Formats: sequence, structure tokens, C-alpha cells
Amino acid sequence: MSQRSGPPAAAGARKPSHFGALGRARYIPYLLLGVGLLLFPILDGNRSQVDVAAFAGVWVLLALGLNIVVGYAGLLDLGYAAFFAIGSYAFAILASGQFNIHISFWFLLFASAFIAAIFGVLLGAPTLRLRGDYLAIVTLGFGEIVPRVFRNASVFTGGVNGIVGVDQPKLPAVFGWSGNFGFNPIPYYYLILGVIVLSLFLINNLRNSRLGRAWMAIREDEVAAAATGINTVTTKLLAFALGASFSGFAGTYYASKLFIVSPESFSFQAVSVVVLVMVVLGGMGSMRGVIVGALLIYFIQSYVLIQLPGWIVSATDALNIDFLTKLDIGSYVQRSNFLIFGIILAGIMLLRPQGLLPSAQRKVELEGGTSDEAVADLRGTA
Amino acid sequence: MRFFADQLILGLTDGAIFALIALGYTMVYGIIELINFAHGDIFTVGGFIGLTLIGILGLQHAPPALLIPGVILVFLVAMSLNGLLGVAIERVAYRPLRNAPRLAPLITAVGISFILEGILFLLKGPNQISYPNLLPGGSLNLGFASIGVGNIFIILIALGLMIALNQFIQRTRVGRAMRATAQDRDAARLMGININRTIGITFFIGSALAAAGGIIYGFDYQTIDFSLGFRNGLVAFTAAVFGGIGNVVGAALGGFIIGIIIDFVGGYFQGGQQWSDVVVFSILILVLVFRPTGLLGMRVPEK
Repeated sequence: MSQRSGPPAAAGARKPSHFGALGRARYIPYLLLGVGLLLFPILDGNRSQVDVAAFAGVWVLLALGLNIVVGYAGLLDLGYAAFFAIGSYAFAILASGQFNIHISFWFLLFASAFIAAIFGVLLGAPTLRLRGDYLAIVTLGFGEIVPRVFRNASVFTGGVNGIVGVDQPKLPAVFGWSGNFGFNPIPYYYLILGVIVLSLFLINNLRNSRLGRAWMAIREDEVAAAATGINTVTTKLLAFALGASFSGFAGTYYASKLFIVSPESFSFQAVSVVVLVMVVLGGMGSMRGVIVGALLIYFIQSYVLIQLPGWIVSATDALNIDFLTKLDIGSYVQRSNFLIFGIILAGIMLLRPQGLLPSAQRKVELEGGTSDEAVADLRGTA
Repeated sequence: MRFFADQLILGLTDGAIFALIALGYTMVYGIIELINFAHGDIFTVGGFIGLTLIGILGLQHAPPALLIPGVILVFLVAMSLNGLLGVAIERVAYRPLRNAPRLAPLITAVGISFILEGILFLLKGPNQISYPNLLPGGSLNLGFASIGVGNIFIILIALGLMIALNQFIQRTRVGRAMRATAQDRDAARLMGININRTIGITFFIGSALAAAGGIIYGFDYQTIDFSLGFRNGLVAFTAAVFGGIGNVVGAALGGFIIGIIIDFVGGYFQGGQQWSDVVVFSILILVLVFRPTGLLGMRVPEK
């Protein structure tokens, strides 16, 4: 029996790997990675790289959250940016000079996750009773409404200009460090790293819990899941709300790190699709995959796409071919964000639906189809 | 009264465009239960094809005698080309995933939407491009209101296409095959209906109607840009859901109603224009909450 053939077999097969040299060796790369991540800001004197890493963490967190919704529960959430915006604005309004309210960052970090979750429940409760693809369109609509409301309700949110001068976290002073985060990226980096590690533990335990297994049952066949006694509405709602709370949590961190919130940063193209691309590219339902997907897309967006036009211009200039310079390839590359994301989404779904680093279980389903369980079983044991 | 009539005509004109897009959504959903996210962008592509054809034929400077056949030719060619685009997208992106988990074609559709937008962006750039209005100008004065002749033409073209579509679905053999496939694909196949061809025809018609909508949009607003499809597609989808998704008459009705709502909100409320989209998407959510089957839809059991 292989691990793929089902949960009982998988549990049985996995147990021995915790013992013995081979089992322990499995963790060595992760251990090295952890040490590397901890030492990175100390070894790397370049503050701007630490800064980039701290922002990349936001996207990892968003991708992990969306993975619960899309990857585990199989619900397509196209308005993930809305909860991100809600978290950001909740923090920016309650901790800035806008109304001269300055509530603690640490409290609001959790409060805005909670607020986002409430919005998730309000939106999800009526729609999750419907068929899955309605959720996609309702969340898309919601994702459009929320930034517009923030833009239009300028009395509270500063309108198009947004809110500038958002508070930054403070800790008690230790070891000669004042405890003020300010514009120093290093404490932000450690904060997000810690949050991500905690999230990984949390999500991993959730996935293997009764709730997590119920999510996957619903993803595979909702009618059958309901027939086995799972309350599908509550279960889907929990996934949706939990995903939303991750987004709200990330939003608070993002607002304080960026020092400013503005409605333009929460559009469909800027957030919702980007996070979806991260999840799909990495592999829906696979935490490893999703993290790699998030980092890869973030790297492409914030470095490759920005540098590439320059590289191409210097390459065409160096070659000194008039024809190439006139074509102005650089400007095309800069504009090709849409195209690249589209090709990734459609291409992955058509050619490698399980993503770059799939979870073993998801791979079987996507390749074998869910309509005929026997096929999946045969493939798993073959 | 005059203001009311003006807003009503504006709303019906916008509604005609939304309805033409909504028909594509509702037909595709009816037959393969897929929300074709790319449909909004297919609409934009149709508008651009129309613009290119107008440029090739030089219709802006054509004498009036040639204008009418010219415009008809533009509509026919643009609709056919866009129809073929729709068929190609179905063939490449949706057909291979017909038996995959539901999420797969939905995500692919989002990807196709981005690819179409990306191609338009590369070819046409980010700016608004001016579109010639080839419909006759002037207006009819009815005493209590004056109605633009162009608006009347737009509404008539849209209504004509909708009636033709409805007749096609109700009266012809292919239309009957489409209805049968929508109802039960396996049973239809057993009756000797070519499922792939029927689904292809559905995509062809939906995309062709979207092209007509795109050209009309260009005439009406006299501008076009690569990102039109996202917002208009979402509004049109709302219209389709509002009318009852899968129902052709409902989509047309929903389109007109949503168009009127948008223009009334925009016209009657201070700063209403920036809220009108919020109102539309709120309607979408409310309809799904209280009457997910829409105005004319029927309750369909889960398969």
C-alpha cells in the first residue's frame, strides 16, 4: 500500500518515518533553512534586501491564507484583496493621526484579523449555501466594492490619497534597542518570520484535524461529504472566515510596514489575482508549494519585471542594432504583467494542475479526476 | 420629467450593451455551468476588431450611401471573427478540463481573461483610444423629452439581435440541440447530438453578441480601452444572475434593468456615479442571497 491510497494507510505509512536516521535526515534541510532565515538580516548588511524580505513575508502569509480557502476547501475566492484592505484600513483608522486614535499595534493585529473574519462570515453565510462558483463571483464583486467604499468615504479614509502616517509597532526596550520599529526593516522581518512559522504550525494541525479532513472531503465531493454527516455550510464558512482573518492580519502588518494605506493598492489586479497565481503556481493545497509560489511571484514582480526592461535596453544598446532599439522591447516587457499572470494561471491549470510542488493527495485527484473514485485509487496504488 | 426621460434612455442604451454581454454569460453557464470570466474581455476584443475594421474600410470618411452597408459589414465580420475567438478559447482552454474538478476551468477562465487583457495592453497600450460614432446624430423631440437617434438605433440593434437569438434557440434544430445539451448532456449525446459542436456553437454565438456589444459601446462612448471588459463583464454577469442565469430572456431583461439602475443612481444622487458600481455589486450579492434563481430562473438540483 502506498501513502496515496487514503488517510488510514497514509497515517500508517508515515509513522515509522519519525524514527530512524532517514526520518531525521528529512528535517535537516528545513533546519538549515530556518537557521539561514534567522541569520539573514545579521549577515546581510543591505537593509533594503531585508526590507524586501519583510514585504515578501506579507505575500507568503496571504498565500497561506488563501490556500486554506482555495486549496483545502476548494472555494474560489476572487476578492481576497477586500479582507486585506479591511485589515489595513481598520488599523490605519484606529492607529494614526486620522482621528488621533492610537490603539496598540499588537492588539489591532488580532482585532483586524477578527474584523476581517466577521466580514468573511457576513459575506460567506448567505453565499456558501449556493453552488461553489457563485462564491467566486460574489467575492469578486465584494473585492470591487470594498476599495471603492474606502476611496469614496473620504471622511473616514482620506479618499484617493489614503491615510498617511500610520502608527508603527513598539516593544519594550531590550539590549539597547529602543523597541521602536520605526523604519527599521529588521524587527519587521523577524515579526513576519515568527508569524509565518506560527501559521505553518497552526495550518498543519488544522489540515490534519477533523475540520481539515472535512474541508478536503467537501472539495472532492460536496454532496458525498454532506451525506457523511458533515455540515458543509459551517465547514466552508470556517475555511472562508479563517482565510479572511489571515488576510486581515496581513493587512495590518502591511499598513504599518508601508506607513500608508491607499485604495489603489487593493485592486483585483494588484492583490486578489496575484495571490491566486501564487497559490495555483505553487500547488493548491500544498503549503510548501504555496510558499515557493509566493516567493517566486514576488521575486518576478518586484525584481525581474522591474529590472528586465533595463537589461533588455542595455543588451540592445550593446548590440547596437538600430532595428532592435526601435522595437522598444523593454517597454513591452514592462507592460506584460497581465499576460504573464494569465499564462501562468491558464497554463498551470491545463498542463500541470497540481502546481510546481504539489501535495501528494491533490495530485492524484487532479490527474485522476474526482468523478470516479476507483480511478484515483488505482492510480494511487499502481 | 425631461431629466427622468433622459436618464431612462441612457439607462436603456447602457442596458442594451450589458444585455448583449450578459447573453454570452448566461448561454455558456446554461450549457456547461462555467462562469466564463474571459467573456468581458471577449467583449473588449470585439470592440477593437470593430475599430480595426472601421479603420481598414475608412468608414469615418465614407459617403452616407456607403455607410449603412459598411456598418453592417463591420458588424458581421467582427461578430464572426469574435465568434471564432470564442470557439478557439473553448477548444483550447475549457474543453480539456470538462471533466476536471470544477475549480480548474474557473481558474483557467481567469487566466484567459488576463491573457486577452495582456494582449490588448501590449498591442493598444494603456490609454483610451477614440472610437468613431457611425450612428446617425440628431434627436427626436417628443415634447416631454428628446431622444437621441443614435440611442434609438442602439436599442433597436440590441433588441433585434436578442429576438433573432431567441427565435434561433426556440425554433431551429441547432437551438433545440443547445437546449437539450443544457438540460442533460449525457441524454443529449445518446439522442445523437454532437455535444462538442453544440457547445462550440454556443460559444460562437455568445462571443459574436459580445462583439456587437463592443462595437455599440464604442459608438456610444466614442472611446475604448484594454481594461473595459473587467468592469463591464462583472456588471453584465450581475445582469445575467439578476435575470436568472441560464435564461436568455432573463439576461436581456436583467441587462436593461441593471443599465437603468446604474444611470438612475448616477443621475439622481450627488456624486452618485462613483457609487453606482457599489450599488450594482451590492445588488448582485443581495440577489444571490434572497433569490439565487433570479427573476426568471428555475431552481435546478445539484448534480
